[in-house]
Amino acid sequence: MSRSYEDIPLTPISDTPSTVNMTGLWRVFRPVVDLDKCRKCTLCWKFCPDAAIELVDGKPNIDLRYCKGCGICANECPAECIIMVKEEAE
Amino acid sequence: MRKVMTGNYASAYGAKAARAEVIPAYPITPQTSIVEKLAEFVSTGELKAKFVPVESEHSAMAACVSASILGARTYTATSSHGLALMHEVLMWASNARLPVVMTNVSRAMAPPWSVWADHMDSVAERDTGWMQFFCESNQEVLDTIIMAYKVCESRGIMLPAMIIEDAFILSHTSEPVDVPDQDTVDSFLPSYDPEIKLEIGKPMGFGSLVRPDQYMEFRYKSMLAMREARDRIVSVEDEFRQAFGRSYGGLLDEYMCDDAEVALVAAGSVAGTVRTVVDKLRAKGMKVGLARIRAFRPFPFQEFQSLAGRVSGMAVLDRSFTHGAAGAFFTEIQGALYDAPKRPAMKNYIAGLGGRDITPDVIEGIFEDILVRCERGSDPEPEWLDVAGLPRRRS
Repeated sequence: MSRSYEDIPLTPISDTPSTVNMTGLWRVFRPVVDLDKCRKCTLCWKFCPDAAIELVDGKPNIDLRYCKGCGICANECPAECIIMVKEEAE
Repeated sequence: MRKVMTGNYASAYGAKAARAEVIPAYPITPQTSIVEKLAEFVSTGELKAKFVPVESEHSAMAACVSASILGARTYTATSSHGLALMHEVLMWASNARLPVVMTNVSRAMAPPWSVWADHMDSVAERDTGWMQFFCESNQEVLDTIIMAYKVCESRGIMLPAMIIEDAFILSHTSEPVDVPDQDTVDSFLPSYDPEIKLEIGKPMGFGSLVRPDQYMEFRYKSMLAMREARDRIVSVEDEFRQAFGRSYGGLLDEYMCDDAEVALVAAGSVAGTVRTVVDKLRAKGMKVGLARIRAFRPFPFQEFQSLAGRVSGMAVLDRSFTHGAAGAFFTEIQGALYDAPKRPAMKNYIAGLGGRDITPDVIEGIFEDILVRCERGSDPEPEWLDVAGLPRRRS
C-alpha cells in the first residue's frame, strides 16, 4: 500500500496528463449548441473553465468527455445559442 | 563594482547576477522598482530572461511554479497585500519542491492603509514552507539572493526562499553596494539543473492526487528538506565568504553576545540601529548584545539554545503582532527554549508597526528594562513601545 518516504519522488508525478480523467461523467446538465445561431464570437471557448470547447470553423464543438456541465458557456453566449439540457431528460 | 543603490535595485541586481531566466510579476502597486529595473535589464538585453507581466500576484506565483517545473531559474518580487494574495500558490511552490526565489518588500497590512516597514506580511506566510531570510542591508539583500538559489536548488533541499527587505528603510534608501563580478557568481552558482522537469512533447502530471495512505510521506520529505537546509545555509554562506569576502552570521547573527548579560533579538533593518546602541552601552560598561534573526524559516533552534546558555535576559523585538498570542518571534523563541538547560528571563517588545521609527532611545529603553527583568524574572505580557496614550519609556 503506502510506499516509504524514501521511495517516492519529491512531489507526486504521473506519466500521464490529467486528460486521462474523464470528468464529463460528473455532468448533470449538458450544453446543446444551435450552430445556426452562433456568431463566432468565441466567448464560450474563452470562458470554458475546463478547456472542453474546441473551435471548428470558429464555432464551438464541445468535448463531452470533459465538459462538467457548469453552464458558463450558455451564460456567456450573447447569441443565446447554447442551452443546458438535463442529462436524464433524454 | 561598487554602486550606490536602493534595496530594490539591490534585489534586481541580485536576480540579474543569479541569471534568473523567468521573471513573472504583477507590475502595479504594491509592486516596487525591483521588477521595473529587471524589466529594463531584460529589454536592454543585459539579462537574458523572459519577463512575464501578469494580472495579479496569484498569477505571478502560478507562473513561477510553471516556469520552475520546466527547469527555469525563476524569480519574482512582491510586497504586503501582493504577498497575501499569493498565499495559496506559495504552498503550490513549496509542496511541489520548486526552488523559486522571491523578494518581499516587507510592509504593514491594511487597514489603516500603510506602505511602510512592518513584518506582518512576511510573518503571516511563515507556515507556507518557504525559507525566510530577513536582511539588514542592501548588500545583504543582493548577496542573499545569490546564496538562496544555491541553497534552494541543492538536491537534498529543493524548497523556495523569500528574501525580506524592510519597506523604505531598505527598499528606497540608497547605500553603497558591491555588485559582484559575474564570472565569480557563475562559478559560485552553476546553472539550475533539476533531476526531474517537465519537457515539451513529454506530458506528465505534477502534484497529482494522492490518497491518505501516501500524503504524509510527501510532507515528511519536506520536513527533512527544511531541516537539512539549516546546515546547508551555513555551508553555502561559508563558500560565499570564501568567494566574495562577505558573510552574515548564518541563521542567527550574533553581535557582542559572547559575554553579554542580556541580548536583544530583532530582525531586519532595525538591527543596524541596535548595533549602534550596543556600541554606546558597551562603552558605558553595560554587557549587552544583539542576536539578529536572519533565517526565520528554517528556525534557528540550536542557535537560540546556545545563546540562552550564555545570557541572563533576552529581549525579543517583534515588528508584527499575532493577535490573541504575542509577537511571532517571541512565541517561537520561547517554545525553542522550553527544554533548554538554562532559560533566561524573557520579554516581548512590540515596536515599529506601520513604519514607525524604532529610534536608539526606544532600543536603549528595551535594554534597560530587560536588565531589570534579569532580577525580577520574565514578563508574560508583551509591551507595546512608543504608542501614543501609553507611558513613554525614556532612557
